[in-house]
Amino acid sequence: MTAPSASPGQAERAAISRNYRPPGAVVIEIENVTKLYKMGEEIVHALRGVSLNVSRNEYLAIMGPSGSGKSTLMNMLGCLDTPTSGKYHFSGKNVSTMTDDELADIRNREIGFVFQTFNLLPRSTSLANVELPLIYAGLSPGIRRERAEQALRDVGLGERMMHKPNELSGGQRQRVAIARALVNRPSIILADEPTGNLDSRTGEEIMQLLEDLYEQGNTIIVVTHEEDIARHARRVVRLRDGLIESDARQA
Amino acid sequence: MMLTEIFRMALVSLGANKLRSALTMCGITIGVFSVIGVMTTVTALRSSIETGISIFGSNIFQFAKYPIGGGPGEGSGRRKFDMRRDITLQQALRYKRLMEGKADIVCLKVIDQTGGAQAVYNGRKTTPGLTFMGTNEYFLTSNQYTIDEGRNFTPEDVELARPVILIGQSIRKKLFPAEVALGKVIRMKDRTYMVVGVFADKGNSFGGSGDDIGVIPITRFYGDFGGEKRTVNIATQAADQMVYNDTLDKALTAMRIARGLKPDEDNDFEIYSNDSLISAFGKVADIIAAGSFVISGISLLAAGVGIMNIMLVSVTERTKEIGIRKSIGARKNNILIQFLIEAVAISLAGGVLGILLGVAGGNGLAMMLNASVVFPWNWAAIGLLVCSGIGVGFGFYPAWKAASLDPIEALRFE
Ligand SMILES: Nc1ncnc2c1ncn2[C@@H]1O[C@H](COP(=O)(O)OP(=O)(O)OP(=O)(O)O)[C@@H](O)[C@H]1O
Ligand SMILES: [Mg+2]
Repeated sequence: MTAPSASPGQAERAAISRNYRPPGAVVIEIENVTKLYKMGEEIVHALRGVSLNVSRNEYLAIMGPSGSGKSTLMNMLGCLDTPTSGKYHFSGKNVSTMTDDELADIRNREIGFVFQTFNLLPRSTSLANVELPLIYAGLSPGIRRERAEQALRDVGLGERMMHKPNELSGGQRQRVAIARALVNRPSIILADEPTGNLDSRTGEEIMQLLEDLYEQGNTIIVVTHEEDIARHARRVVRLRDGLIESDARQA
Repeated sequence: MMLTEIFRMALVSLGANKLRSALTMCGITIGVFSVIGVMTTVTALRSSIETGISIFGSNIFQFAKYPIGGGPGEGSGRRKFDMRRDITLQQALRYKRLMEGKADIVCLKVIDQTGGAQAVYNGRKTTPGLTFMGTNEYFLTSNQYTIDEGRNFTPEDVELARPVILIGQSIRKKLFPAEVALGKVIRMKDRTYMVVGVFADKGNSFGGSGDDIGVIPITRFYGDFGGEKRTVNIATQAADQMVYNDTLDKALTAMRIARGLKPDEDNDFEIYSNDSLISAFGKVADIIAAGSFVISGISLLAAGVGIMNIMLVSVTERTKEIGIRKSIGARKNNILIQFLIEAVAISLAGGVLGILLGVAGGNGLAMMLNASVVFPWNWAAIGLLVCSGIGVGFGFYPAWKAASLDPIEALRFE
């Protein structure tokens, strides 16, 4: 069952009355995107034709069973991967025709990625990890430090700046990763199962942090297969076998 | 600015693998050490020779049948010289007489070419292979030997062909460990000679110890061993630098007369002055340098392959890190430069160490050969350039490989 956001149903209208924010400009616009993986003889259709629009300051959850293509879609949205076919416009720019370096710049300036496994540099301090995107953005050391420290304070890690990842708890590591995703003030934050490696209480804290970021005006997309987690989002897209099964706003 | 940051990252990752980086560095160090060591030695010796502090006496020129460093029959280039008439003792003595009043110091030398010279006294023997020659009373001055005990040859010793000998320190130590050498009769090539003088320590110089030496009057040498296939080497010392060229001119005239050359005939003997010694040394040095270039070229190549290998390992190990960097916006060039800097840093660090060791080692060797200390700036600079080149050359493929990794594949790598 599909419910295009342009014509919300009865239940949704109620939801919107409480949570509706006037949507900003469209950030993500994908049209009939497919992704094939060739594994020797076998061809895997990870995405079979997905169309999706995400506007500024939306909070979207992508759900679906394992192998349904959630991560594939997320990587595509994050400009880490390119579609086999279909169109992808990011803030009005055609991403499918961009060079590797242009994609790197988009990832650097427009996208903050949060991974299930944190993906921090193990030998660097929290501060250095958070500064990294700013280095590639070419900012001066003074500004870098100031912004990275601010981002760490924003996620509640003002006291852990000089700790290395192995000196931090899982939840703290994910906070560092979120600070790193935030530090460049991206248009959108993508989180692929951000609570997948955390216990439910810590997971709930991380979701609260994302909720706060959303309240402050950030655009957030979260991949999850836990309904509890998805409940935080204002809109839920369900995938099955590489196709969108449903797309609904919720409370 | 971003570059300094990337530079810092590269150094941090090198620091994380200290032992491995150091071992890889060693290859470069060895290669650079060998060439810088040789070049330092050569430069030091060259500058010593040019400033006249050398094993060759100053203001001396020599006449000989063969050019420097060549005995009869070595190589095809020698044939031309083999065809020449020998410089006989008679010619040499004639020359010396002609030079009387023009140059006081004329040293005649004829060297035993059989190579088997061994001194024997009372059952004690030296090793065979002593330098054994016939000469005259000017040997000391023109070859910078001094007498430790006893006396030099007198003109009479030479005139009368007395069976007397001057010996080097190593012969004295071997044959007379606890006795006085003077006045003893030693055996040399089945002839007997009385020791009248012992040279002071000479130390090492080109081609072995200057103390493994025995000299007898040249006239005696001819008397004992015949004049067949023997050619005299004549060294003449000008009174001072001012009259050097003048003396050389007069000496050439005298030598041509002694050789009986007609005015239209070319000189049929070699002249080597300090200048020609320097250029002859230059030739030898060039050959040594070329040899050391080949050797260190090969070892640097091997070291370069080592760097490439370690960098490839490093890229594989750090695939995940590369994925993380790319996922947060590192461009291809950022990664490329980071890995290139790592390779160049290993190579340059190895190079700097090699240069330091090479300069130290080369100067050590040069000092043993009585040359003064030098720092070959130009070779050091070339060394650093070559090392950077090696770092870039052999680091490029691994760095390019790292830079070209697909971000998703790299992130998935465990
Ligand atoms: N690099 C790859 N090579 C081959 N097949 C792949 C690759 N990446 C994903 N796939 C396949 O594509 C399909 C979708 O994978 P994807 O990782 O997007 O699933 P997912 O929805 O994120 O699953 P999960 O909830 O388990 O994370 C799967 O069938 C998977 O096997
Ligand atoms: Mg997944």
